[in-house]
Amino acid sequence: MKKKTKIEDINSNIYDFRNEDDYDFKMKKGLTEEIVKEISKEKNEPDWMRDIRLEALKVYNKLELPTWGPDLSELNMDEISTYVRPKSKLNSSWDDVPEDIKNTFEKLGIPEAERNSLAGVGAQYDSEVVYHSIKEELVKQGVIYTDMESAVRDYPELVKEHFMKCVPITDHKFVALHAAVWSGGSFVYVPKGVQVDIPLQSYFRLNSPESGQFEHTLIIVDEGASLHFVEGCSAPKYNKVNLHAGCVELYVKDNAYLRYSTIENWSKNMLNLNTKKAIAGKNAKIEWVSGSFGSKKSMLYPMSILNGEGAKTEYTGISFAGEGQNLDTGFKVVHNAPNTSSLVNAKSISKDGGVCTYRALVRVNENAKNSKCSVSCESLMLDNISRSDTIPVNDIRTDDVEFSHEAKIGKISDKTIFYLMSKGISEEDAKAMIVRGFASPVSKELPMEYAVEMNNLINLELEGAIG
Amino acid sequence: MDTLLKIKDLYVNAEDKEILKGLNLEIGKGEIHVVMGPNGAGKSTLANSIFNNPQYVKKSGSIEFEGEDITNSKTDEIARKGIFMSFQSPEEIPGVSVENFLRFAKSKVTQEPVKAFAFRKEMKDYMTKLKMNQNYAKRDLNVGFSGGEKKKNEILQLLMLNPKLAILDETDSGLDVDAVKTVSEGIKMFKNSENSVLIITHNAKILNELDIDYVHILVDGKIVKTGGSELVGQIEQEGFAQYRVGEEEYEEEN
Repeated sequence: MKKKTKIEDINSNIYDFRNEDDYDFKMKKGLTEEIVKEISKEKNEPDWMRDIRLEALKVYNKLELPTWGPDLSELNMDEISTYVRPKSKLNSSWDDVPEDIKNTFEKLGIPEAERNSLAGVGAQYDSEVVYHSIKEELVKQGVIYTDMESAVRDYPELVKEHFMKCVPITDHKFVALHAAVWSGGSFVYVPKGVQVDIPLQSYFRLNSPESGQFEHTLIIVDEGASLHFVEGCSAPKYNKVNLHAGCVELYVKDNAYLRYSTIENWSKNMLNLNTKKAIAGKNAKIEWVSGSFGSKKSMLYPMSILNGEGAKTEYTGISFAGEGQNLDTGFKVVHNAPNTSSLVNAKSISKDGGVCTYRALVRVNENAKNSKCSVSCESLMLDNISRSDTIPVNDIRTDDVEFSHEAKIGKISDKTIFYLMSKGISEEDAKAMIVRGFASPVSKELPMEYAVEMNNLINLELEGAIG
Repeated sequence: MDTLLKIKDLYVNAEDKEILKGLNLEIGKGEIHVVMGPNGAGKSTLANSIFNNPQYVKKSGSIEFEGEDITNSKTDEIARKGIFMSFQSPEEIPGVSVENFLRFAKSKVTQEPVKAFAFRKEMKDYMTKLKMNQNYAKRDLNVGFSGGEKKKNEILQLLMLNPKLAILDETDSGLDVDAVKTVSEGIKMFKNSENSVLIITHNAKILNELDIDYVHILVDGKIVKTGGSELVGQIEQEGFAQYRVGEEEYEEEN
């Protein structure tokens, strides 16, 4: 008899290759004032940034772990290295990136995507950005796209004005942690009226075991400008816990447009405790597109704060939780001005005992007259042992609002499978077809190659056994 | 006669209830067969059993297709051997377009890659013949389709997948007069001297246009009479009463 090989056993996942844990400098484990000071010193930072870090550490020590959502008690900060400097400086040519790191990004298809369809690329390996580039014509128009450390050095005024202002360090424990030990990430500034037609992309790869990645992404799209920013993340699998506590701060000024797309496929030992927020000005629009596939536990709730009259936001997201995964995701929106609107289309898929929770907040303040908010969330469970919950909080403080909320939880019916099989399609293909169809409102919103990647991820997740 | 499908002494349970009770049926190449019967006689069970729907449990008997035993084959394997079923109420598949579904199914049934240009042209031609709006190719499979549109879509699949045996499960239910005509024209388009059709119905409307070889009367899980197309008219006039045993009431079948 042919022995069946479980996919878990063979690490065939294309994201699962790992390089030797080879680094230039790895911070000793744990979190103390000395460690925070050392990170700051290693980075040659100005005092004002070091002071933010130390302040954040104090807040971190005061705040408790969240008492809701997935259980995070397995996280022991004494076991996590907060800073791992790869054996590479920041490069502007792939040729200068060390071979093994370059190969990693080659396998992930980053240089190819850059050649074909991107206006700029940032690539982070462990704690530092190892590659950054931007098309010359954008530079001429005044667009800035660089790693966060360079931004602190070269654009201190812009950074000071915006860093940890959209997301205050007191927001929650992991924001405080992030602010204390942040490293890497991208900084983007699009000047007034400049339209960046092709996307910029940053890719975050965490190779080192028992370590954390704390990249900071700060994007400012000035008045009347537009940008599409794409973020990708992955890591190989280790037996010990890894931590991701990144922070994304987006400023979409009056009449500006920003689309922020994410495909996240962290390894299944990762705790993904990421914080993302956007502030939108008058008639500005912020769109989130999000695909969450990886991590062991995720707590991720992108938030739009609509501060300007007529500001709009859209959220299109999907989470896919398999065995051992608990993905607690959702979207938050605050309507803080008249005539603002939000449109939410959230989907989740759970299988093999995976847990998906949609946790959301809609807040419409008193001054947000004539605003509109429409929320739809749909979940699909592929078996009887998986779980899906919807926990919406709606806090609406004006009568002058159009609000709708729709939630659906479904299973793949035997009838549907039989229908497809009777047309010559195997059971596995039938399931994959139904799931891809379910996910298609999200994949349609992604750039082509990411839509393909997402479909591949779905196929990979559904491939229970091979051989 | 060159036998295509042969059902021998088939007993099938659905939800622990015996539905088919020793059914025999033989279909030859190039023939059109009709199985008629009252509600609850086992018509849907027959179609589902040929496709080995796991909801229906075979107790004994066998089904052969082209001499090969398919009694316990998987549904998709049966389809790939060249049997097609048009559903009474086709399932809705959100996010999967009619065209993508068809292309995928065709690649599976023919077991070779589908040539994009030829496929498109063939599909468009058939859609025109079936008086289907070309926009349907881009729409999600069966989602928001009317009863008539769903039926046309099943016929489009029949023409594109081009099986050896087409089973039409109560094809005429829920169709208006024009649509009935389109469907029977679809069957005519499909039919040639090599392939066969099995129409399972309780309604004779659709049969008027077709050249039927055999009519079987299915009552209480068995074929109780086989004849020519003249049986269709007789059933229309007199119903199934004469074939029923005793006074038992027949349950509505879904």
